[in-house]
Amino acid sequence: MSDRLSVLKTYKLFVGGKFPRSESGRVYEVTDSKGKWLANAPLSSRKDGRDAVVAARKAFGGWSGATAYNRGQILYRVAEMLEGRRDQFVAEVADAEGLSKSKAAAQVDAAIDRWVWYAGWTDKIAQVVGGTNPVAGPFFNVSSPEPTGVVAVVAPQESSLLGLVSVIAPVIAAGNTVVVITSEKAPLPALSLGEVLATSDVPGGVVNILSGKAAEISPSLAAHQDVNAIDLAGADEELAKALEVAAADNLKRVVRPQAVDWAADPGTGRLTAFLETKTVWHPTGSLGAGGSSY
Amino acid sequence: MAFEYAPAPESRAVVDIAPSYGLFIDGEFREASDGKVFKTVSPSTEEVLSEVAQASAEDVDAAVKAARKAFEKWSALPGAERAKYLFRIARIIQERSRELAVLETLDNGKPIKETRDADLPLVAAHFFYYAGWADKLDHAGFGANPRPLGVAGQVIPWNFPLLMLAWKIAPALAAGNTVVLKPAETTPLSALFFADICRQAGLPKGVVNILTGDGSTGAALVAHDGIDKVAFTGSTGVGKQIARTVAGTDKKLTLELGGKGANIVFDDAPIDQAVEGIVNGIFFNQGQVCCAGSRLLVQESIQDELLDALKRRMSTLRVGDPLDKNTDVGAINSAEQLARITALADSGEAEGAERWAPACELPGAGYWFAPTLFTNVTQAHRIAREEIFGPVLSVLTFRTPAEAVAKANNSQYGLSAGIWTEKGSRMLAVASKLRAGVVWANTFNKFDPTSPFGGFKESGFGREGGRHGLEAYLDV
Repeated sequence: MSDRLSVLKTYKLFVGGKFPRSESGRVYEVTDSKGKWLANAPLSSRKDGRDAVVAARKAFGGWSGATAYNRGQILYRVAEMLEGRRDQFVAEVADAEGLSKSKAAAQVDAAIDRWVWYAGWTDKIAQVVGGTNPVAGPFFNVSSPEPTGVVAVVAPQESSLLGLVSVIAPVIAAGNTVVVITSEKAPLPALSLGEVLATSDVPGGVVNILSGKAAEISPSLAAHQDVNAIDLAGADEELAKALEVAAADNLKRVVRPQAVDWAADPGTGRLTAFLETKTVWHPTGSLGAGGSSY
Repeated sequence: MAFEYAPAPESRAVVDIAPSYGLFIDGEFREASDGKVFKTVSPSTEEVLSEVAQASAEDVDAAVKAARKAFEKWSALPGAERAKYLFRIARIIQERSRELAVLETLDNGKPIKETRDADLPLVAAHFFYYAGWADKLDHAGFGANPRPLGVAGQVIPWNFPLLMLAWKIAPALAAGNTVVLKPAETTPLSALFFADICRQAGLPKGVVNILTGDGSTGAALVAHDGIDKVAFTGSTGVGKQIARTVAGTDKKLTLELGGKGANIVFDDAPIDQAVEGIVNGIFFNQGQVCCAGSRLLVQESIQDELLDALKRRMSTLRVGDPLDKNTDVGAINSAEQLARITALADSGEAEGAERWAPACELPGAGYWFAPTLFTNVTQAHRIAREEIFGPVLSVLTFRTPAEAVAKANNSQYGLSAGIWTEKGSRMLAVASKLRAGVVWANTFNKFDPTSPFGGFKESGFGREGGRHGLEAYLDV
């Protein structure tokens, strides 16, 4: 073995499909569970949050307008890319969460499988939660789900990769775009996920990843007039309440924090939370007052 | 020579309004704890119809406790039994529908033609529809054995008093919840008559509680620790306040709020049908409808033709006695609402839009506003942005479908929209781009208990009606 010095990675944000540093120029020290230095992560500012919302809004038209089949293919591609980088993520999750290699591997495998689960939902959810309505009149009437828009997410604090994937995959599977604030103390797997997304045909701006302090960045996202919904998964009780109050200003859809076993079957709740039901009516007309149609 | 209509008033004899009403708590009428009352008037004559109790915080507490107590047994009843109570209610509403229609017209000011032919049939249909769900919840797509939430606190508006009650109470009860409902301050009577229908149906006491009162009663209800669910229909301003109130609690929330619906008419639309749709969209219920088509977006090339036809049609609208069977446009619900409509219409003129209304004689007493149309409206005008909630139409123009969509979506609201075109692909393309919860194509203001209703953006969240409407009252 030579004593070659390894090349360290500069961890950066993922915004609008690019990898910028925080506009504030700030970083903070990220350590493993034993306090050993791992990296300096960007300490995002409120301005980074606003920039990310602009990127997410810009991406919304294209992403929400893509076919469900196309979105499914792209989400499946994310799973493929993540599988290819499995070893890297096992190491990062082990460091981030203080897990043994085998336990970290289980987290990464579940995260990959979660992308596959949501990849399959993109072209099925509309049939499960939408449909025609038998109104009492001569009208064709159909309800279908549509994405809410730009969704801000406070990612789970403890589950650095599986928790993160479990909150962002349903948001984009449904056709929304997302601005996510990573786990504060374990941001590295999330920032590396940006590299996976960047090579998975996910259009720039569909997923925007910010590391830093949720308490600093999230209030301006919760109050942002161009954000349509907020998932408070990783916010503590006090922060969650403040964010929900701020979110009322433009009536964002809110998912409150709750105890979740990220390894369990995720169901459809996080998909439907960010879908709006649109109902379209049209007269059916009449072919005349005939009797039998055969 | 023009034809004159002879008066054709519906008889008031079918309804017997008591001089005073109490609060309906735990199956009985009682006075407010502090004895406070307020008067409810007929907006078309300003005649006092009755005096009703003003529920205090103490009364809210008593009603919530009664509902909590009743919840245990009600939620444990087999769904088929709950269904039968709701079917009974639906049938009694049908039997008493003329009485209720006259009552609603008296208390609200809307034409008897509407209460008789729209409100009441929809009220009965809504109970009938949700009755059938009560024993089929396992099959509704929310997983096996979905549970009710508990006690629902419900606050409803004055524009469709009994219909909004039905939208709230029918799904709540079908899912196994019990309710405390507060009708609007200016239209309390039909909810109190509904309490009597609950008595006739033998509904267990405490399952439905009705609290009359003003905004303070509603605020106390939604803030009460003993409720599990808040459902509100009303203004976006109050909706936001309620969202702040329930923040940080476990209360489930659904909101049906304001709108500024765009009614888009393309150059290939059948003009006469579109005119009927425009008139229905903005003058139905005096325009006091959250999903009203209050912004007319007309393709520039047909603006003159369409507006000529629209003005001709508006000149034939009959404004006056709501009890008259020939009346198209009745009274504005309250002096307060009339003042708001007047102020916003005045702002339209002040900001440079051009005002037009047909010559029409308005009654001396009561609250009235002539059907009104504004042209030369820009997107920045208050009358193009704010919900007027009155018979006032703002007309804007567009050249391309993309411009129509951009203008339609340029609103904080997203409740309803209309599209008029003979071209199917254009209708579908525009419908898919509109950020609105209900899109009416070549029709407007159609409602049905099976059809989910509710908004995007600041028009609120959650849906009422259909299978979707159950979700608001289930722990899913």
